[in-house]
Amino acid sequence: MKFGDSKKYERLLEAYESGDIDRRSLLRIIGAAAAVVGVAGGPLGKLTKSAMAAAQSIRFDGWGGIVSEAFHNNAFPPYTEKTGVKVVEGEFGDTDEFLSLVKASQPGEYNVFLVSGVYDYFRFCQAGFASQINESNIPNLKNVLEPTLVAFRNESEGKLSAVPFDYGVTGLAYNRKYISDDEAKSKGVKLLWDEKYKGKMAGYDSFQTRPWMAALYLGQDPQDPSDIKAIWDACRKQRELVVKYWSSGQEFIDLFAKEEIVLSDGWSGRVASLQNSGQDIGFLSTVGFAWLEGLYVLKGSPMEEAEQLLNFCIEPKVAIAIAEGQFYPTSLDPTKVPMPDSVKKLPGYDDTGKFEGYVWEKAKFWYDHQDEFKKEWSRISKGG
Amino acid sequence: MVRAEYRPYFLLSPALISLALLLLAPVLFIFVYSFWLRAANGQDIPAFQFGNWITVGGDPFYWLALRETFKISAITTVICMLVGYPTAYFLARCRFNNKALLLFLLFLPFWISYIIRTFAWINVLGKSGFVNSVLLGIGIIDKPLSLLYNDFSVIMGLVYFQLPYMIINVYVSLDGIDRNLESAARTLGCTAWQTFREVTLPLSLPGLGAGSLLCFVLAAGSFVTPRLLGGTDTLFFSQLIYEAIISQLDWPTGSVLSLMLLLSLGIIVAVYNRFMSLSDIYRSFAK
Repeated sequence: MKFGDSKKYERLLEAYESGDIDRRSLLRIIGAAAAVVGVAGGPLGKLTKSAMAAAQSIRFDGWGGIVSEAFHNNAFPPYTEKTGVKVVEGEFGDTDEFLSLVKASQPGEYNVFLVSGVYDYFRFCQAGFASQINESNIPNLKNVLEPTLVAFRNESEGKLSAVPFDYGVTGLAYNRKYISDDEAKSKGVKLLWDEKYKGKMAGYDSFQTRPWMAALYLGQDPQDPSDIKAIWDACRKQRELVVKYWSSGQEFIDLFAKEEIVLSDGWSGRVASLQNSGQDIGFLSTVGFAWLEGLYVLKGSPMEEAEQLLNFCIEPKVAIAIAEGQFYPTSLDPTKVPMPDSVKKLPGYDDTGKFEGYVWEKAKFWYDHQDEFKKEWSRISKGG
Repeated sequence: MVRAEYRPYFLLSPALISLALLLLAPVLFIFVYSFWLRAANGQDIPAFQFGNWITVGGDPFYWLALRETFKISAITTVICMLVGYPTAYFLARCRFNNKALLLFLLFLPFWISYIIRTFAWINVLGKSGFVNSVLLGIGIIDKPLSLLYNDFSVIMGLVYFQLPYMIINVYVSLDGIDRNLESAARTLGCTAWQTFREVTLPLSLPGLGAGSLLCFVLAAGSFVTPRLLGGTDTLFFSQLIYEAIISQLDWPTGSVLSLMLLLSLGIIVAVYNRFMSLSDIYRSFAK
């Protein structure tokens, strides 16, 4: 790293921190550098791979929309400026799709990606794609919430293949123009089976979320169900009321923004995005579950560069800027790193850092049942 | 120097190599995959067994999905025929000097991404979309119609995408008809309608046939349109293939499903060829 580059980066962050430039200006300045990354990540990315490798590059894949935008605007250009390592950006629609891509690729083709939930973390490890992170190369790890580190370590024999980055909550989203807070609170998950909202509700097209909601509706434990047949029957019953099963956060936002629906289960970050754009959307976080996202390093990646990238992304100023951009709270410990109000106000944010009352997915349960549940849900979602 | 008898093969070799690499080899890979086994962690195990074929073939759900896919594709094709033929007729018969401009306009939407064009239908058919806004505005309806996320919106999206293919096929066929034949029919006492029915329509059938076949095959293999515009009642075979391969990581089953669609479409093309010779279609383009 050149001293001059470092200074430039520090001055930029200082200006942002002191209020001399606002976040918009910060994004504009680093956006210019992003053009270089954009070209490298285009359709000709594969052709330029060898050239990029020679120039020290690393590939990062994340969810599209505001999540990728937040990384693109806040993390990568200053990282490249600081280290000289270019970030080649990619996007995926869901983790299944990405796992298929990784499965069909050669080791080292994909490097770092945003893993969503401990179940995904666990299955990438089980599929043989786990790397082992050298924690001493990531000094900022000391600021990360301990429960989130434990959650990942528990799934990979005490070692880390990913660094916890943010967390979110799947809850009940509703349009306050049609559904009051009181009605949402009193009915809870039963709203998703309310005939009154037939043809006006949606749901996430997921083999986890659908039976989870159905289990809550039936009063069962979603991760230790007593009657799975009843759960699938409840899913079938709910399907009659649903107009669309959405498969991306952008689709979820679009359905609410155009008032195609008034009710759906949804992700806290996307609800915050809707609220931020002026939509009067309520969110009931007590219905559903919490999940943890991390920056996962795939086997065969250039580890030193990857660890540098991870360390940079969890640097407090950068992680907070990304949290503000993507509307998901950072996994940094609020007792060690002061959080701005913009992060504290995000849906699902936990100021204690202890996550008391949060329900997390049990990776092994979903992994053990994934084949059966995916096939069953795929069929039910299509009327089978 | 290539010997004379080998020259045709030499000249054809780029096309043959391209076909072999880009079409036959992937199909062969899929065929081999269809006999493999899948381990619990998503890994594929090389094998030769018919379990995947028996499971898929014996499951009525997949046949239902195939039937629904073909039903939507057939409706799409008929609408394309009904809308496309008059448009092509106008293009072929109009006295506009610059017909190339009209054909250019026909394909202008192709300059925009297919996904974006499909998304545009959400703004047209949605509850707060163009159609509902107009109907509400002039008082024909008092609450928005459900035009989106159902089979109707899927058919609209497919027709929109495939109509130019139908029009260009029929146009080429109509443009190749000797106008003296129509003049002769009129001279012999036919009315304009009789001339169209007895001369123009039969001679343009190969183009209509080619367009229909193309529309049907493209519709049956569609994925983006049913995914974006379809609702919970939309059952499309391509979605099952996607979910088997991408979501369930079950490549062997996904391969069987892919081949099932390929074979079904192959049978339809063969039946089609039995009643309407494909050679007639090729000939219509050779004019």
